[in-house]
Parts: sequence; structure tokens; C-alpha cells
Amino acid sequence: MTMQLSAKNLVCRRGGRTVFSGLSFTVGQGEGLLLEGPNGTGKTSLLRILAGFGALETGSLELDGADDELTIGQRAHYLGHQNALKLALSVEENLSFWADFMGQPATANTIEERLDAFNLGHLMSYSAGLLSAGQKRRLALSRLELVSRPIWLLDEPSVGLDAASCKLLAAAMMRHMEAGGLLIASTHLDLGLTFTKKLNMGDVAERAP
Amino acid sequence: MSMFWSLIRRDIVLTLRQGGGAGMALGFFITVLVLLPLGIGPDLKFLQRLAPGALWITLLLSVLLSTDRIFAPDYEDGSLELMTMGPMPLELVALAKSVAHWLGTGLPLAILAPGLGVLLNLDALLFGPILLAMVLGSLALSLLACLGAAITVGLRRGGMIISLLILPLYVPVLIFGVSATNAITGVPELFGPSMLILTAISLASLVLAPIAAAAAIRAHMA
Repeated sequence: MTMQLSAKNLVCRRGGRTVFSGLSFTVGQGEGLLLEGPNGTGKTSLLRILAGFGALETGSLELDGADDELTIGQRAHYLGHQNALKLALSVEENLSFWADFMGQPATANTIEERLDAFNLGHLMSYSAGLLSAGQKRRLALSRLELVSRPIWLLDEPSVGLDAASCKLLAAAMMRHMEAGGLLIASTHLDLGLTFTKKLNMGDVAERAP
Repeated sequence: MSMFWSLIRRDIVLTLRQGGGAGMALGFFITVLVLLPLGIGPDLKFLQRLAPGALWITLLLSVLLSTDRIFAPDYEDGSLELMTMGPMPLELVALAKSVAHWLGTGLPLAILAPGLGVLLNLDALLFGPILLAMVLGSLALSLLACLGAAITVGLRRGGMIISLLILPLYVPVLIFGVSATNAITGVPELFGPSMLILTAISLASLVLAPIAAAAAIRAHMA
């Protein structure tokens, strides 16, 4: 049985304001859902709800066809606005820690391969504090393929990336979907990637009274 | 289990590296204990009586000094969000961070205490008891510090609030720590019971503090 993430009638309230309500969608294996819409329509809030930060107020969120009891968060990669990097550690140490912590320890060779996919292989022993903003983002992105998880929740993954790196990101997202992964991403930039589904958050957002 | 150790290892490496703050607690501990006899004067008898209490209070304050950096860096760079997602239970994350804080701060200070006690004319008979009591007591201090850090995670300048929240919980550790240290030269029968209570405080903190800390972080993420 294939895995499917289905959301029904999700409601998000923040600080007394309803950000969105009645939000429903399904994402199956090999599918990508693009979250569109202007700022403040709840793209980040939705991704955070999916990752499991904060309890769901109303609506249901289910993962059908999953063969064990793991939560969505435990099966997902979440890449938010922050990169979750330690600047005092080297590029390799940063990745190797997350691989260990997420339960899939990686050898130096694997780490180098993943870094190469984002053109960072030559900086492996550098301190992460010496990287530029774009390089830090690429380092955070190489975590996605280092630890294999079926669901990717990406919030503006292309922030700070140059055109060449955006292509590498699109390629990684493509590989993930072709391998049967679920992808939910928000982006303002056209990555040259065809998403199976699109959700315009501007349409479900509550208009301010 | 390897996840648990990987987090402890990372935290200790980070404490030791630039900007980590291992030196801060150590520097504070040594500075206070060097300045104290200079300020009080060369009355050896008085210093000797003062020594155990002064060492314990300095230990408490040194541990408190590094408390607000237990969760704050991970919160600021987004690492804490990923840790909340799992697979490791957040309770174990909090436990690992407390143990790392103890290994990087409390334990080194406890080991240095008898040596620095010489500056305060600490009775040589007390070297053993103070080391033992401090190793045990500082574990409770780190666990409670972790709880305070978890409650104030996300607050700017949370250090003051942590002190107010945590100092009352430190009082029993201080009382029974000093009592265990002083027992040999005072009332020897007190050593056993004091150490037992200190152990009980540490064990209770070991079980309860990580659970409470995890709950505080979860509540904050919502």
C-alpha cells in the first residue's frame, strides 16, 4: 500500500486571528505539492503544523498506508527559515551529527557525496562559520538526502541560493519525488520544477474583516 | 543509544570551542575563590570555617552563569525544532543536554574544588567529602539548570528569570551539600544521611527534570 498524507478541514489561528480555515489536500507518493500565495497567508504555519510543532486545533491530519507508528514529524524533513547549523563545527561535523541524531549514521564518504550534490564537497573540513549565506543554505539542504525520510517539508528552500544552486535544489527535489517521496514546499521562485499539485493559500486564507 | 551519545558529544565539543562558555564558569569559579581570601583577610581560622560554604555557593553561582546557554543556541538556529521532531524523545534530548552540561561545567568545577579550597585553608580532611558531595550535587544542579533553561527558552535575557526560578530549587542541594562536607570535622554521624539526601535529590532530578523540561519546550513550540 502506498503512503498518502491527507489533511481535512485544517484551521490555523495565530494570536486570535484565523490564518486559514477549511484547508484540505492530499499528497501521495511521488507527488509534490506547491504552496503558493502572498506573505501572511499561512504557508509557514501549515508546514509547521505538518511537522508537528503545536497541536492541531481542528481538522484531521492523517498518514495512510504507513506501516509503523511513527508520527509525520518523525518521517519528515523540515527545512524552515533557519538552517540548524552550528557555526563552531565543521561542515562535515554538522552533517555527521544530524545523521547520528536522526538515527542513520553516515560515513565520511557518504557525507562527501551528499555535499558534492550541492557543490560543497571541497569545503568539507571548513568551519561552517566561514560559509556564505548561500553555502549555509546548501549545507542545510544536503541534510535532506543524507538522512532518508519519505516526507520533505520545505519552507522557501531557495532563499539565498544563486541560479546554479537553485538548479541543484530542483534536481534534488526531482530525485526525491522519483524515488517515491512526498514533497510539500512553499516558494516564490520558479524552480523550473513541475509540481503535481498546487495550493493557493491566498484562496483559503480568511479575509480580514 | 548512539543518538543520545552523539548529542552529548556535540554539546561538549561546542562548549569547548570558541564561544562555547566552558571557560566562563571555570573562570568565574577560580576568580571568586582567588578574590575571597584577599577580601576577607589572613584570618586562617575564620577562612577555614568559611571554606565549605564559600566553595558551595561559588559552585552554585558558576553553574547558574552558564545556564541560559543550554537551549538558547539550539533555539536560535532552529536545531531545537529538528530535535522536537524526533526520532529521539524530547525527554532524552533534555537528559542528554543536562548530562553534557554536567560533564562540561559541574564535574570539572567539583574536581577543582578541593585544590582551590587550599586558598581558603580548607581542612585537608574535607578534600574527600567535598569532592564526593560536589560531584553528586552538581549533577542535580545541571539537571535543574536544564529545566530552568527549557522554561525560559525563547525569552530574551532569560538569565534573570532562570535565577529566580532555579535558585529555590538549589537551596536543598546547598544545605545538604555543605552539611555533608562539614560532617567530618563537626558531627560525623551527619555525613551518611546528608549524602543520602543529596543522592536522593540528584536521582529525583534525574527522573523529573528532563520530563518537565521536555514539556516546557513542547509548550513553547506550539
